[in-house]
Amino acid sequence: MTVRAEAIAVDNLHKRFGPLEVLKGVSLTAHEGDVIAIIGGSGSGKSTFLRCINMLELPSAGTVTIHGETIAMKKDGHGGLMPSDRSQVQRIRSRLGMVFQNFNLWQHMTILQNVIEAPVHVLGVPKAEAVERAEALLRRVGLHEKRDAYPAFLSGGQQQRAAIARALAVQPHVMLFDEPTSALDPELVGEVLAVIGDLAKEKRTMILVTHEMKFARNVANHIVFLANGVIEEQGTPEAIFGAPKSERLKKFISSIH
Amino acid sequence: MTSEDNTIGAMALTELPDRKGFLKPHRIILMAIAAVLVFCAAWFMRWDWLPEYGWRLAQGVGVTLLMLVSTCILGFLFAVPLGLVQVTGPWPLKMLARGFCTVIRGTPLLLQLWLLYYGLGSLFPQFPAIRQSFLWPYLREAWPYGVAALTMSFAAYEGEVMRGAFAGVPAGELEAGRAYGMSRWKVFRRIWLPRAIHRALPTLNGETVLQLKATPLVATITVIDVYAVVSKIRQMTYLTYEPLLLLALIYLCLTAILVVAFRALENKIPTRGA
Repeated sequence: MTVRAEAIAVDNLHKRFGPLEVLKGVSLTAHEGDVIAIIGGSGSGKSTFLRCINMLELPSAGTVTIHGETIAMKKDGHGGLMPSDRSQVQRIRSRLGMVFQNFNLWQHMTILQNVIEAPVHVLGVPKAEAVERAEALLRRVGLHEKRDAYPAFLSGGQQQRAAIARALAVQPHVMLFDEPTSALDPELVGEVLAVIGDLAKEKRTMILVTHEMKFARNVANHIVFLANGVIEEQGTPEAIFGAPKSERLKKFISSIH
Repeated sequence: MTSEDNTIGAMALTELPDRKGFLKPHRIILMAIAAVLVFCAAWFMRWDWLPEYGWRLAQGVGVTLLMLVSTCILGFLFAVPLGLVQVTGPWPLKMLARGFCTVIRGTPLLLQLWLLYYGLGSLFPQFPAIRQSFLWPYLREAWPYGVAALTMSFAAYEGEVMRGAFAGVPAGELEAGRAYGMSRWKVFRRIWLPRAIHRALPTLNGETVLQLKATPLVATITVIDVYAVVSKIRQMTYLTYEPLLLLALIYLCLTAILVVAFRALENKIPTRGA
């Protein structure tokens, strides 16, 4: 096997909310083409961890390195950290495609406008080129005929697929999925998972926080089990689901099935 | 939420009937009543003074519109920062904005207008520096005080409206902007402000109509708007009702234009109703 470049390296990440320590030193490396699924019970800190990668949540300690570039941090004076160079964070964020639990599409823009917004207004892509690419992406997620609709008129599944197209439009180095199907009605989950599964097959680097165990098992090449703010166990899907070692993981898996 | 109720209310009010549905029985009866009223007004009342004062009336309407448009635009420009700092600003600015809105909203507009014109306006001439400044030709006029008072009033009321609108934009949408690498300013310009304005439009519509009907107050400080012209006509012609009826009609027409214009603006981005 060839050595693949590191896409994301998180080292010893801590996050405190006041007296509560949500993450107690989490380290994780994602190589190019990795699909990493983060699983764990609610309150295990998995969403917080994902949001620390692009600094939507500021870590209290630890470093985040993306494509070999470490995000420079400084003390914020309240015992935490803050980015010392805001433009560096903005530049790094602009190449991370984030998909949220609640879609967070911009409601005052049409679907097409949502998809071209970041390429045009953040990355400076010429509009015609961005539109062309956006249309291809919308066709791919099966929403081309909805391009001029406003998000409020779409179903949850359609909105989430549009949000995935929006994430793809920035040609992201890494895609971050924050519980992408948790807010969906059960019958709409499949269409979104199909799109994400497709992306995984292309060997796109992705980190996804999910409750869909079967899906995680099928698409991810690496599973991370978070519990109480630490990585309790990690490994291949076969190892995690087939032969869990820790008591907590065994309990968690049996509670799901 | 009240803003949702407002939206629905505004929709019902401004819904224009399509051509087919226009000639319904109740509409025909209403139109007949209106025609009778117009006929009675034309037949039994005196309108011979109209041609003589037509031009002055038109000028008055012009001044009223100028007052309305300029103070709404200026006031809104102040309202945006007033609303924004109340949602996200540091506490001194927050207190300042809240104080301004409270004081202006808590006192009658007429009082503010008179304090500016008769109070401040009479202080200015005592300072030679002001009398010699390039602003003096304007400060001697009445209209700048009218514009100032109406602008402050609109800014205070709309500051509150915008505060609610800014606060009501879902945090997740702003977060999505940040997650895609937008700077704070870009998040504000591309997402927060347009989203807030769109949310506030139905309320702004109503407030602009209220502002229209606040403009006659400037007649009390010698600005010749359409209300002042009509008062003048009443004095000259000794007629009581005819000029007032005309005035009511003029304000009604202006209001209708405003409502329809805002409606068109709101429709640019459809919101999902009930």
